Amino acid sequence: MSAPAVSIKGRAFGDHLLLALVILLSIVMIAPVLWVIGLSLKDNAELMADPNSVFHAPYTLKNYINTLGTSSVFIWVRNSIIVAGGLTLGTLILSSLAGYGFARLNFPGRNILFIIVLFGLAVPEQAVLVARHQIFSVLKFHNTHHGLILPGLSASFGVFLMTQYFKAIPKELDEAAMLDNAGRFRIFWKVLLPLTLPAQATLGIFTFLGAWNDYFWPLISATKKDMFTLTVGMASTQTNFAQSEGIGFLMAQAVFAGAPILIVYLFFQKYIVTAVSGAAVR
Amino acid sequence: MADQLTMPQTAMPAAGVKIPSADIYAPQWRNFMFVAPFLFFFTTLLVFPLLWGMWLSFHKADTFSSGKFIGLGNYVRLFHDKVFLQSVWNTFYFVLLTVPTLALIGLFLALCLNRRTRTAAVLRTLFFSSSVLSVTIVTLIWRIVFIPNVGLLSTIYGWFGATAPAFISDPSLAMIGIAIATIWWCIGLPMMLFLSALQQIPQDIYEAAALDNANRWQTLRSIKLPSIKRTFILVVIIQIVLQFQLFGQAWLMTRGGPNNLTKPIVLYIYDTAFRRWDLGLGAAASEILFILILIAAMAQYLVTRSRGDQT
Repeated sequence: MSAPAVSIKGRAFGDHLLLALVILLSIVMIAPVLWVIGLSLKDNAELMADPNSVFHAPYTLKNYINTLGTSSVFIWVRNSIIVAGGLTLGTLILSSLAGYGFARLNFPGRNILFIIVLFGLAVPEQAVLVARHQIFSVLKFHNTHHGLILPGLSASFGVFLMTQYFKAIPKELDEAAMLDNAGRFRIFWKVLLPLTLPAQATLGIFTFLGAWNDYFWPLISATKKDMFTLTVGMASTQTNFAQSEGIGFLMAQAVFAGAPILIVYLFFQKYIVTAVSGAAVR
Repeated sequence: MADQLTMPQTAMPAAGVKIPSADIYAPQWRNFMFVAPFLFFFTTLLVFPLLWGMWLSFHKADTFSSGKFIGLGNYVRLFHDKVFLQSVWNTFYFVLLTVPTLALIGLFLALCLNRRTRTAAVLRTLFFSSSVLSVTIVTLIWRIVFIPNVGLLSTIYGWFGATAPAFISDPSLAMIGIAIATIWWCIGLPMMLFLSALQQIPQDIYEAAALDNANRWQTLRSIKLPSIKRTFILVVIIQIVLQFQLFGQAWLMTRGGPNNLTKPIVLYIYDTAFRRWDLGLGAAASEILFILILIAAMAQYLVTRSRGDQT
């Protein structure tokens, strides 16, 4: 009688210990964010006098009004939407076409081309940045929207993902249409593409998020303030941390930039997790 | 053009023979049109810059001209450049600080949160949420945690009358500060990879273990850990590749200082190529990084391949 009781107790103790550890880690995850939100709601002078004032009123929305008052923020958001949106649309079109081509059709040199495209997955951005920057200088692509969009179109991941997805669709579906000699594009457009919607959503959200958060290429290509993306623009205002408009203001900016992405994440969580894990494992 | 496209459609039914299915998969040039648009961007914006970068690394070059051929001159300069060697060391140190921690905490979280309760689902969402933020926001958050006087850390230390460690300005702590921010940012991915590996363990193995009266520790040691061994190696390699490319956190939190102690290879490339415009030297440094990452990527390929062979 007593032996199982002990083991259940032992279990409960272990459970509590693990629970305590997980709770501790969750606090580490969440406390910095709450701190930032707290600071963003405080008047700067009060904050400097006493950091502990975060924990009590008065709170103010002044920092947010100031953030929205800086006209640059809206230009940066607009640039980010154009760049991330353009890249997403382009990636979806190119990857779907190429994915269908590699998965379903045959053409001379297909296998070797696919291997070369796969090799592209292993090429880090830094290995091509210097040359790409020089090429874009010659073409005068810097400080333009297409200059920020184009490099992303060469990424192999989307083609890889769509090829896998097309291969998983049963061949019978389009083979009949192919034997009837329906045009290849018609089959792609009418029969197969509608079936790939989940993959389109995954790839689309992944591409959009990656472009929205990208820092390195926009940093070296968009050097004019009105061509900054939100990520680069935000970084540019925090360079002189101490001398800038005040910590509360910077924190309001961080919340302003971070909140929409977190909301999108909560809605599309499933797709984002699938895409990120898929991109990592390949 | 129009004739070519319609010709087979009219010709075939006239012949009245059913085409064997091998024929529809016969190589045809026009099928190439589907992959051509992507291959255009792939070739011009990835393959060509990759080769051009290699070519540049053997030249003394600036923004607009490719300069003159100097053979291995840039590579020789790199290996005599104390700052470059320091940046290689810094990168390895950073990888060593972050990768094992990420793998172990990720595994721990996955083991704890691999259940069907609502709390576990909420916590999974929480631990992955930081991954969707941009590096700008993450560094802003952590600089405000570490900043003296108003920072979260110094406030907490202040309650106990202590002074917080200066994670950004102290030379021996700066890289650790960057590593902490990075772990906070990146913990979601290892956790998710471990979770999906754990969920692939067939349920009947647990049932068999339960029948054998295996306790939780035994289940963990003889079922869970062996079946995610490959995932563990995979997570480590993926993280090595990712963390090797450290740039934003170091640039935004410390600018590579103090004394270049937190300057990683990518920041060295950025400094050399895009701030001093020594493109040849920058290209050479990025070739070295490329080789290091390629080695890790090959290892990843081998690990995923061997899993494919076994099942």
